[in-house]
Amino acid sequence: MDYLYYLRQDKMPHIWCDGCGHGIILKSILRCVDKLGWDKNDIALVSGIGCSSRTPGYVDFNTLHTTHGRALAFATGLKIANPKLHVIVVSGDGDATAIGGNHFIHAARRNIDITMIIYNNYIYGMTGGQVSPTTPAHKKASTAPYGNPDEPFDISRLAQAAGATYVARSTVYHVGKMDNYIGNALQKTGFSVVEILTPCPTSYGRRNKEGNGVDMMRYQKENTIGIEKAKNMSAEALAGKIVTGVFVDKEQESYLNRYNEVIKKAQSGV
Amino acid sequence: METPNPNIKMWQGNVACAEGALAAGCRFFAGYPITPSSEIAEVLSLRLPKLGGNFIQMEDEIAAMGATIGASLGGVKAMTATSGPGFSLKQENIGFAAMAEIPCVVVNVQRGGPSTGLPTHAAQGDVMQARWGTHGDHPIIALAPGSVRETYDMTVKAFNLAEKYRTPVILLSDEIVGHLTEKVEVPPIESLGLTDRKKPTVPPEQYRPYEMDSSDIPPMANFGEGYRYHVTGLAHDETGFPTNNPEKIQAQLERLNRKIERYRDEIVEVEVQYTEDAEILVISFGSTARSVRRAVINAREQGIKAGLLRLKTIWPFPGKEIEAISASVRKIIVAEMNLGQLAHEVEWATRRSKPVVRINKINGEPITPNEIFNAIIRQD
Repeated sequence: MDYLYYLRQDKMPHIWCDGCGHGIILKSILRCVDKLGWDKNDIALVSGIGCSSRTPGYVDFNTLHTTHGRALAFATGLKIANPKLHVIVVSGDGDATAIGGNHFIHAARRNIDITMIIYNNYIYGMTGGQVSPTTPAHKKASTAPYGNPDEPFDISRLAQAAGATYVARSTVYHVGKMDNYIGNALQKTGFSVVEILTPCPTSYGRRNKEGNGVDMMRYQKENTIGIEKAKNMSAEALAGKIVTGVFVDKEQESYLNRYNEVIKKAQSGV
Repeated sequence: METPNPNIKMWQGNVACAEGALAAGCRFFAGYPITPSSEIAEVLSLRLPKLGGNFIQMEDEIAAMGATIGASLGGVKAMTATSGPGFSLKQENIGFAAMAEIPCVVVNVQRGGPSTGLPTHAAQGDVMQARWGTHGDHPIIALAPGSVRETYDMTVKAFNLAEKYRTPVILLSDEIVGHLTEKVEVPPIESLGLTDRKKPTVPPEQYRPYEMDSSDIPPMANFGEGYRYHVTGLAHDETGFPTNNPEKIQAQLERLNRKIERYRDEIVEVEVQYTEDAEILVISFGSTARSVRRAVINAREQGIKAGLLRLKTIWPFPGKEIEAISASVRKIIVAEMNLGQLAHEVEWATRRSKPVVRINKINGEPITPNEIFNAIIRQD
């Protein structure tokens, strides 16, 4: 496929650091869109603030770079106003689950027809490596110099509990799975979430002595366990492991379908 | 029995706001429950789907503002409504709408503050929040209705201005006007001057969403219309993409602010009564102006040359109008349910050339005609 067809080439080079996994996710999104044959005019890519949220600027869709944490709120209005748009939200772990945490759980509860791709690199990269809601306990960050005293969120479990109709997690190393999950999510009616673990060697790896981007992807390769296998493993055996797979894949009436029923009722005078 | 006129309604101010929005073409509302504005959401949750529009109750005030902007970018006229604390929460995204030039209407039915304050009592303490609530230099339009009928008219006007100037418009109502029930004769739709955003006429590859054209108001494409462009709250150039180029940033931000200032004569409206020979001018807005009207009439009945100046537009500030109308008066009285937010601007507009007497009340009670009358007759 021709990636350049989808990229705003005059906006290169991108801002992402050497070893960052974000570009791998971007390519996966483009492959999935290409495979689906969607018209670029019918796609809206919406983001908040952060490294991952710079993705829309590089892609030749309708692109909306909103305020920190609020991408889903803007995307909700956009999708309702123009339901023919395929609305995709890209977000980071801090953007999606700290400042935007409320919108995240409510978008899932509401089952709004949006696909959200969360680039989880355990850190606030753009602002210089501050601790995020997914930084593992005891790991270091610029605002956790003695180690993170907090417990992290499990984003996929959070999305599952909040009601998303499709939830899957991959790493950027497992490109085939990532493509598969993003492709599935884009075709899902309702709120679908794909969490992708992506290395941030500059702000997270360096501080936690996890090496460069290649080292961090090697860690992903060697420490990932499929969800089915993980079900039969003890908590001790799963310590430090990455569990990937499809957490949820269910059919549930989406928000837009429900609201169409509301319109029918209102117009029939019932 | 006479056939009732279907265009005569007994409406509450908040209902008139909702109905005015519908008449203006609003087909999307996102809100969050808050007193004393919730009736607007309730009415629209009932009425919008009948018209094929969408009502959504969001998870918080911030989300309601974001969804409103998103819907407008999707091509639907959109509104949200709130009150003081919620208005504070919306500020960051109001700034986004100003910066990205997305038309939308934000209703603030003012209640007592600061903080949770007086949820069920009136105040007019958000004059400055409407102007400067969001950070950075940005343009804003704020309108203040003084009656139920005017709430209808001004909600329509708010949409028209938002569309024309690609900007968020604040409808600065208050608890008294919002909860007041009055007779309204609904105007014919042809009289509303309904306005839609200017659309690009160039092919997509030539489209510059923030072009510096002679009008200072760039045409706006809606998402999904074939113009694939970028919208960001970051400082951007004509193409909409972020830039760090100081000249381009300065030029864009100057245009952004200029685009409202240069059209201020088309935006600003004031109402005057008995000002031709007035020696004492009472300036007010919103519900307080109703008490002022009574006080001024009472004064005139006693041969005192008092006049009324009611600011229908709060921002851009009617400084020029105030200066002209007050030129021959010897005393100015500013009555407002805050501690002088308007009075300060009036002093600035008149260069302190006249004594400005302040009547301020912040306890949730309206300023009475008597309090204003007493200020008119007081020798000071």
